[in-house]
Amino acid sequence: MTTVSTVMDSTVLDYPDAGRPLTSRVGPIEGLRQTFSLAWRTLVQIKHNPAEVIDFSVQPVMFLLLFTYVFGGAIGGSPKAYLMFALPGIIVQNSLFTTLNTATGLSTDLEKGFFDRLRSLPIARFAPLSGRLLADVAKQTWAVALLLGIGYILGFRVGTNPLAVLAAFALVLVSTLAIAWAMVLVAMLAANPEKVQIFGFVVLFPITFTSDAFVRTASMPGWLQAWSKANPVSLIADAVRGLMVSGPVGRPTVEAVAYAVAFTVVFAPLAVRAFKRRVLQGSARPVCLQ
Amino acid sequence: MTYSIVAEGLLKRFGETVALDGIDLAVRTGSVFGLLGPNGAGKTTAVRILATLLRPDGGHAAVCGHDVVTHAHQVRQLSGLTGQYASVDETLTGMENLILIGRLTGQSRAESRARARDLLAAFRLSDAGDRAAKTYSGGMRRRLDLAASLVTRPRVLYLDEPTTGLDPLSRNEMWDVVRGLTATGVTVLLTTQYLEEADQLASEIAVVDHGKVIATGTPDELKDRTGALTLSIRPADPADVAAVAAVVAGFTHTEPEVINTTVSAPVSDERLMPAVVRRLDDEGVLVAELTLRGSSLDEVFLSLTGRRPEETSTEEPEGSVAA
Repeated sequence: MTTVSTVMDSTVLDYPDAGRPLTSRVGPIEGLRQTFSLAWRTLVQIKHNPAEVIDFSVQPVMFLLLFTYVFGGAIGGSPKAYLMFALPGIIVQNSLFTTLNTATGLSTDLEKGFFDRLRSLPIARFAPLSGRLLADVAKQTWAVALLLGIGYILGFRVGTNPLAVLAAFALVLVSTLAIAWAMVLVAMLAANPEKVQIFGFVVLFPITFTSDAFVRTASMPGWLQAWSKANPVSLIADAVRGLMVSGPVGRPTVEAVAYAVAFTVVFAPLAVRAFKRRVLQGSARPVCLQ
Repeated sequence: MTYSIVAEGLLKRFGETVALDGIDLAVRTGSVFGLLGPNGAGKTTAVRILATLLRPDGGHAAVCGHDVVTHAHQVRQLSGLTGQYASVDETLTGMENLILIGRLTGQSRAESRARARDLLAAFRLSDAGDRAAKTYSGGMRRRLDLAASLVTRPRVLYLDEPTTGLDPLSRNEMWDVVRGLTATGVTVLLTTQYLEEADQLASEIAVVDHGKVIATGTPDELKDRTGALTLSIRPADPADVAAVAAVVAGFTHTEPEVINTTVSAPVSDERLMPAVVRRLDDEGVLVAELTLRGSSLDEVFLSLTGRRPEETSTEEPEGSVAA
């Protein structure tokens, strides 16, 4: 016991920089650095929980194989023909589902108190969120590369050029970041990560499967077609398909970007407001989604 | 005399519940200040406001002269927080947790690694440094939490119930750690439910109840005021209870509490005991049991407020981190 105190007296609270000047705010470069540190933290978690690898590697590949070989023949005539149609859709679906990760991660930090630790530090207020988003972008990049690689082995061929593929990826990122705001809102309103998972899934799953990510809208009943055509996931999938394989690019891209802007304009302020209510004002319990 | 933490009239409501009802505090630089009170008294809320995690609904607070609302960033550079609500990332190792905080607060890779190593050594966690924090025992976790709040070399440290839920051995260890800290000149604000803990560590105590400070002073002053000792007497013959109560009341000038056939009253001077014994002997009362022991917080409370602390929490739900 005495060892604890003795060692501590000599080293732990030395103040070599006792007169250090205080800064009045976090500079943008520091904020960026902190974002990278927190992204590092999220990625290091994978090292300690290898099961997470399954989440963002095995799952998309499993989707790819299942859709190609189980549904491919029935939906697209042959697995290979369907692959050309479905791979862009699976990329979009996978990216959308990673926003659920972002939200459950935030919710876990809130629940476990790690979020309070971060907030007690002199760091940029946005860093806990931007760090997590950056880490999720890294995971998405990996998953997209994996999907394209395995897709290539299965017979998928890019019908455009590498630049268009990069543009498609950029569009997927922009769209998912916009949709992530809605998921952040869910994270702020839901009581715990399990609830986030449930509510997030209930939103994401129908939206994804009522789009033309996996089947052509023309095969749906009329009322569903109307929705599917307006569904943002359809627009993103159309644009990605156009950029990677063939088909119209301009209109779906513009519409998908418009959706992204709209999502951000609507959900970012709502998420920030819910955050303030829950965390800063300390409303005793999450407002809803119990 | 300089004060590192000053709070005036802090108010905080959660919906209908009033968590802080005008708290005033003044914590001397370099001292350990104990915020003592039952669950739900408002201690955690006060600390969260002082650590810039919560915004007060009214009143002001400043840390080293910097307002916690308008100059929160400065306050964060000066203070460290350890509590059940400012924890570490359980999936990371102890080392990674400390490095992360160092990197976040502007230390270089090498600096943060060296600092983490020093802190792990100081808190006897070197051997566990490469293990995930979730594998740590309760005592180790608290030490890691404390180490995490020291990475930035804070001048003001908040310890929110540092030993709640710890076994007696780990608690004593934690006490030694806190004593070690005070020797380095850091200002500590400690919250606790245990009178003994405040007594052991704090040079000044504020007793908090229902969001209000109901008494302040040094541990000795408080004990004198409240009678930090409790005298309990059980007569052999239950018929003598009234006589015993009268004798005790005559010495303590308070109405003793009678539970079953045991008469209890707070006393501030242990020299009272022989006198009480002589007097009972004079009156021919046969005593079956007679004890003089340190008061529990319950009894200090009883003496300060005339009632026992309520068991239910009226503060933000302490089990939920949402607040």
